[in-house]
Amino acid sequence: MFHSIGKYILLLRLSFRKPEKFSVYWAEIMREMVSQGIGSLGIVAIISVFIGGVATIQTAFQLISDFIPRSVVGSITRDSTILEFSPTITALVLAGRIGSSIASQIGTMRVTEQIDALEIMGVNAPGYLISPKVITGITMIPLLVIVSVGLGLLGGYLACAASNVSTTDYMTGLTDSFNPVIVTVCAVKAIFFGFIITSICSYQGFYTSGGALEVGQAATRGVVFSCVMILFADLIVSKLLL
Amino acid sequence: MIEIKDIYKTFGENEVLRGISANFKPGKNNLIIGSSGSGKTTLLKCIVGLHEPTKGEVLYDKENFTAMNFESRVPIRKHIGMLFQNSALFDSMTVEKNIIFPLNLFTDMSKSEKHDRANFCLEKVNLKGTNKLFPSELSGGMKKRVGIARAISMQPKYLFVDEPNSGLDPKTAIVIDDLISTITEEYQTTTVIVTHDMNSVMGIGDHIIFLHNGEKWWEGTNHEIAHTNNKELNEFVFASKFMRAAREKL
Repeated sequence: MFHSIGKYILLLRLSFRKPEKFSVYWAEIMREMVSQGIGSLGIVAIISVFIGGVATIQTAFQLISDFIPRSVVGSITRDSTILEFSPTITALVLAGRIGSSIASQIGTMRVTEQIDALEIMGVNAPGYLISPKVITGITMIPLLVIVSVGLGLLGGYLACAASNVSTTDYMTGLTDSFNPVIVTVCAVKAIFFGFIITSICSYQGFYTSGGALEVGQAATRGVVFSCVMILFADLIVSKLLL
Repeated sequence: MIEIKDIYKTFGENEVLRGISANFKPGKNNLIIGSSGSGKTTLLKCIVGLHEPTKGEVLYDKENFTAMNFESRVPIRKHIGMLFQNSALFDSMTVEKNIIFPLNLFTDMSKSEKHDRANFCLEKVNLKGTNKLFPSELSGGMKKRVGIARAISMQPKYLFVDEPNSGLDPKTAIVIDDLISTITEEYQTTTVIVTHDMNSVMGIGDHIIFLHNGEKWWEGTNHEIAHTNNKELNEFVFASKFMRAAREKL
């Protein structure tokens, strides 16, 4: 285990060496941003609307009482969406979508000698392959999480029709006693999750050896380790910032 | 010129290469031959720096490549071109982007200069007009030729070729051999080819090294190979009835 952690840290160090030519790396970052960011927008939008909707319906079901104002449903949906549902569930879904793609892409390049070809040319292969992905992860995943928060709250608004909470109460709850620290926590989580997904899956792909079977196994390992580390990081960040 | 001195390579307990020394001269097709598992590809990987030798040195024009770190190797690597067994073309890039990839990273050529260079390289390998195709749209022989085009895009001083004819029909294999031989002669590259294809050995083997169980067993030319008394080499070269009959006619 310590050997793997050491290898992972050394690989990250190699990944952030001075690039051979910044313009080539920049083009790669842009390509990754489209692939990771725009490519994931659909799935993030779908899960976010449903998460927000379900959060509203379930909160309304549990909290409706004459002693509790109905606007509380909006406040709870807002806090749980921003603090937990949007960053964590989005990250877990993206670990499957982006993480498996990264691990299998780099793994395939390894087993088909494309990484060797890069090294022969004098290219810093970890830098060229991994750094654009990690940079994209820590920028695009927070943006996706922001979109997810917005759509989650919209989902909650739409779900008011299916519960006995009026949209006016819901909107009042959204703005009521808002503490901006939850946005900071959400952003910090998203940045950490972005780093975890891209770096762990790149590591798994980079050290693949064998053939198609091993590439599949590397992708699976990448997704599983990323998910576990996302939950672990979620706990640590929540404990430290709240 | 490339000199390899007393190269040993061990993987765990398994000693794959045992004290191999040789000189590879410019303008010559230097062939490393041997049966499967004899250490040919491992030796090639040690020469290009994909594997670090357990012991021994690799010198490129008297510069000790083995002793260098990644950064110091970059200037030498810019003069290296390599064709891999499976071509190792970048799947996500078109043929032209594959060829200009090293130019993008290591030169300040303009877009049009790079485009011209890609066309020149493609013309050299008889693949004019394939610029916009992706590797998945090419046949095995075409991939090899694009691999050669990419390898020569930076006008290398050293050309390494791993199993150039594997998976190719005999006619295409001869085209690839001729192409490598022409490039070697025209650009005076130090070309090192790993192969077990006897047509290549007889056709373009200016300088041949025969590996057996990780050791250099024989060294000579394609003219000398037909008359050697080396038992293991004879068993390897004349394994087929066709080759035995051909030897009797010589």
